[in-house]
Amino acid sequence: MKPFAYERATTPETAATLVADSTEAVYLAGGTNLVDLMKLGVTEPAVVVDITRLPYDAIEHRPDGGVLIGALVSGSRLAGDPGVRERFPALAEALLSGASGQLRTVATTGGNLLQRTRCVYFQDVTKPCNKRQPGTGCSAVQGLHRDLAVLGTSDACVASHPSDMAVAMAALDAVVHLRRVNGSPRALPLNDFYLLPGDTPDRETVLQPGDLITGVELPPPPEGVAMSYRKVRDRWSYAFALVSVAAVVATAADGTLRDIRLGLGGVGTRPWRAREAERLLTGRRPTEEGLREAARAEFASARPLPGNAFKIDLAVDVITSAVRDLVGGERR
Amino acid sequence: MRGARPGARLSDVTAHAFHSDLTLRVNGADRALTLDHRVTLLDALREHLALTGVKKGCDHGQCGACTVLIDGERVNSCLVFAVAAQGRDITTIEGVAGLAAPEELHPLQRAFLEHDGFQCGYCTPGQICSAIGALTEAARGWPSHVTEDMAAGVGAPADLDAEEIRERMSGNLCRCGAYPGIVAAIREAAGGDGGGAPARAGAGGGVR
Amino acid sequence: MTTLQRTVGADVTRVEGHQKVTGTALYAYEYPVPDALYAWAVQSTVPRGRVRAVHAGAALALPGVVAVLDSRNVFRLRPAGDPELAVLQSADVAYRGQIVAAVVADSYETAGQAAAAVRVEYDVDDHDAELTDGDPRIFVPDTVNGGYPGQTETGDVEAALAAAPVVLDATYTTPPEHTSAMEPHATIAVWDEDSLTLYNGDQGPWMTAATLAELFGLPEGAVRVVADHTGGGFGSKAVPRPPTVLAALAARAVGRPVKVAATRQQMFTMVTYRTPTLQRVRLGAERDGRLTAVWHDALQQSSTLAPYCEQTATPTRVMYAARHRRTTHRLAQLDVPTPSWMRAPGEAPGMFALESAMDELAVALGMDPIELRVVNEPSVDPESGHPFSSRNLVACLREGAARFGWAGRDPAPGRRREGRWLVGTGVAASVFPAITWPATATARAEPDGTFTVRIAAADIGTGARTALTQVAADELGVEIDRVTLDIGRSAYGQAPFAGGSMGTSSWGWAVAKACRALAKRLGESAGAVPPGGLEELADTAEDVAARRDFSRHAYGAQFARVRVDAVTGQVRVDRLLGMFAAGRIINPRTAGSQLRGGMCMGLSMALHEGLEVDPRFGDFANHDLATYHIAANADVRDVQAYWLEEDDDELNPMGSKGVGELGIVGTAAAIANAVYHATGVRVRDLPITVERVRAGLPGH
Repeated sequence: MKPFAYERATTPETAATLVADSTEAVYLAGGTNLVDLMKLGVTEPAVVVDITRLPYDAIEHRPDGGVLIGALVSGSRLAGDPGVRERFPALAEALLSGASGQLRTVATTGGNLLQRTRCVYFQDVTKPCNKRQPGTGCSAVQGLHRDLAVLGTSDACVASHPSDMAVAMAALDAVVHLRRVNGSPRALPLNDFYLLPGDTPDRETVLQPGDLITGVELPPPPEGVAMSYRKVRDRWSYAFALVSVAAVVATAADGTLRDIRLGLGGVGTRPWRAREAERLLTGRRPTEEGLREAARAEFASARPLPGNAFKIDLAVDVITSAVRDLVGGERR
Repeated sequence: MRGARPGARLSDVTAHAFHSDLTLRVNGADRALTLDHRVTLLDALREHLALTGVKKGCDHGQCGACTVLIDGERVNSCLVFAVAAQGRDITTIEGVAGLAAPEELHPLQRAFLEHDGFQCGYCTPGQICSAIGALTEAARGWPSHVTEDMAAGVGAPADLDAEEIRERMSGNLCRCGAYPGIVAAIREAAGGDGGGAPARAGAGGGVR
Repeated sequence: MTTLQRTVGADVTRVEGHQKVTGTALYAYEYPVPDALYAWAVQSTVPRGRVRAVHAGAALALPGVVAVLDSRNVFRLRPAGDPELAVLQSADVAYRGQIVAAVVADSYETAGQAAAAVRVEYDVDDHDAELTDGDPRIFVPDTVNGGYPGQTETGDVEAALAAAPVVLDATYTTPPEHTSAMEPHATIAVWDEDSLTLYNGDQGPWMTAATLAELFGLPEGAVRVVADHTGGGFGSKAVPRPPTVLAALAARAVGRPVKVAATRQQMFTMVTYRTPTLQRVRLGAERDGRLTAVWHDALQQSSTLAPYCEQTATPTRVMYAARHRRTTHRLAQLDVPTPSWMRAPGEAPGMFALESAMDELAVALGMDPIELRVVNEPSVDPESGHPFSSRNLVACLREGAARFGWAGRDPAPGRRREGRWLVGTGVAASVFPAITWPATATARAEPDGTFTVRIAAADIGTGARTALTQVAADELGVEIDRVTLDIGRSAYGQAPFAGGSMGTSSWGWAVAKACRALAKRLGESAGAVPPGGLEELADTAEDVAARRDFSRHAYGAQFARVRVDAVTGQVRVDRLLGMFAAGRIINPRTAGSQLRGGMCMGLSMALHEGLEVDPRFGDFANHDLATYHIAANADVRDVQAYWLEEDDDELNPMGSKGVGELGIVGTAAAIANAVYHATGVRVRDLPITVERVRAGLPGH
């Protein structure tokens, strides 16, 4: 690790100014991914600006049933929040399925959104990686890519986004709140927050230098909604997703799907919103065959690799099962 | 170390040294240090404060051996820069007995001994600190990934069954495979009914 | 030979337990050595070739950097058996990740930064890091690890297979696996003139000292190893590995103490791994299940540096009776790091194959897998013809089946459904040789009525310190709290490492002999101890050599109950039950923990572990604990270990066989067999991942 200057920001203005000034300055919140990457030499900041004392640590429940989650709220606090557990159980489940108890106590909501891929080549500075070092090539396509994406990939990069939390938030129509360098606020849907890798896999979000995530807002969930987060992984705990599915489902009186939102993890280069599957299912009866077809349609554009092609069928099965169980009154 | 003044510019910062004078509050005592900013809390404790009960297993948050308590919450000390831990209350394995004063050992330490919740002992301090944190979380009613009803959460720590403890303790790897003893020890210390006779969980026994 | 009259076997709490739960037990890296510097290894980024140049300027320019070492400026070591220990002795690169340089600096942080700043230029050669059957360079070694013959043959196995009414022919693979002890390899090296002290994470302090003395051309005794506590080893710390040698080289170069701790990532290339295996098992049987032919072929890899070949097919030599038999080990030497011992080397992967094959044969025969094993129980060792010192495999199968509730099991696969779960059970046998090596120990009576016993043993979590204390107390006829058992120092004399499950039998024998002699002398002097104390030294070399020819093995039977998510293919092991027979159990608490721990590692082997070779780069693509999964707490549920008490007078004075490795042998097969029973899917390749299970499920 290279030496760095450390500053503890006392106001958002200071923090933003410091970071906007240089591509070599970074915000430090929980640090569970940043410190990891600094040790690996993947990220080599000259200045680390500690933002943990900034005032973005509240969970505000809105009268309409929505919630504004401060960017510095830890995963464990968020998952422990009674209102979140009551109204957004899939978010609590997603958080609790990720990382470990002692990582969640410090990992923040904002930092979780900005987690970097766990692609083994991205993390190994002795090997080519377009995301880490643009133009060097992708080692994963012909190498180990079992954990990597089938959706949203490009020739340059197949890295999967590792977050569980963001997958649930994608399905919950989350809105990311930012503070621009000039102090102006900006809000954008989480589903517009992430970029596809294309030819520039090093660019992962729409954030501009100095932009500070201040919080994430979840709109009130639709009336009568049921939701769940299902995760398939290689261990029963403390492992990244092979496939995960956040399902948010509301059924009409006639048994048709009034509202369905699906977030997918482990399969996409970003937390994946399954719009095509949703489109095919909305207003329809959730038959086994219909669910399966819709799920399969979501993967029509998938680019599977030999080591991760299994994820498509797996995801189809998990989507089908998750929605079927929710409609049938079974959440988990 | 100083807080950046409003209006500070990068040029001000880069002129700063790569180290700071700082004070860490560890096991109830203030410890003054001058540290390179790269020094993690884990290395500060082990290398600079001789608190070697804290263990380095992976240095990347992938094993839990370095778990300490910060303001009562369990944390991987390998992923926290020491300079960022100023102003926090840090408790290591060397200080956990003090949490249960005037006992000589914390009830979890005693339970780990009784249930043989370790073999090589290297993950043990992290397991014990993590268990303290986990039981604190349970006391707040916080659910885990295996909790049946997210909204309802859990009752008292004593209500945690083995399944709950296994999930909550999965951030602490044990290569010796002492998990059955670890779970039994924590259940007993939590006041649950899983403790029973020492080393009962999966205990062996001679038969003729 | 007579066994002890007094009975060890009490449930004694670990004597160092208090230190371990309070964090006061010191591991290698934690000794307070003043003025120590930090060394950090620079690893090769090419898989084969030669170092052309090491550009150290940028590293040396960093404040705090004391030295950059490479093959041109370090001490010339002497050969000492293992070529991996010739650290920085040549510019040749034999595998990616080999140590090609090292930085010594005044802080851990600077050392790491400087290591990254060292630029190494290479002449790169073509490489081959992929184990492929059919490679013309594959050969059958004369001997394999443990000194066993590389190939054995009895009768005419091919003719017997051709004639057998029922034949099973299947190929099984196991991936490279890694010991991944929680304590990374660590050493503090301190030179004082021409003597060297190493604080070392170590399974065998005496052997490490002897090896380092050889490397540095020093007389025996000039190297002292201190290893009071070792945070797991599982074979990888049984003998010194490159980081230990690097510490000694660096400390010598800079004239100050040097600390080395392998990073978790470095561990995967620097401290060995378990070889991948490709195993073909062919079994020929009569319709009543009696085996007529057994053929086990195991292909494995090693480095170009050393032909380490694991004894993977050796358990097949002892398990089941059959007139016609052949076992073969084949080896390919590739541009990879040298594999070495990992818990039950040979037996663990070998018994996955054999015991999976036995299950498949039972299915083919329509026979209960326990009965199949019972009808093939040999009366003497099937290959050596030696009598068994004791063998209770059948009793373990029977007693284990009773405890597990095996009776009435419907053998049909894929029939039991609980909600979305498919449920099944499986069984497999365990075996591990009861090995004993010579050792020395001293027992000393102090005038104050206490006793000090010294032996260069190591307690890596096995409970050795506690068990040896019990052995000593019994021989001396005193309470345990009057005996101090000092271990972990090479200076205590010649003793083997903690490995091969031979610690208690080897060290215990020496401890028992020394204490018995001391007790005799005390008896002669009516218990009077002179002011200077009384001391007895024991050496068991002659006793061990005088043992008669017997086939000495511990056996066991493992039972697994699994559930498989029919939607996802995820496997959960609900229950593991092991029934073992391993001679006399010295301490049921620590032995039980060892057996359960072995079973946990076997579960981990079955479901989680696998290094992924990237043939392009020549290394393991996954090399940390986030991508090399070992079982977490949530993966391990109900694990029970029981044992049958065995009286065996042909072992050692304690009558013990060793339990450190037995527990991992057979677990993976029991789980794979249970997965088959649950789903009808036979997974022959470890680990049993969701895609491997799903590939065989209906609709896939």
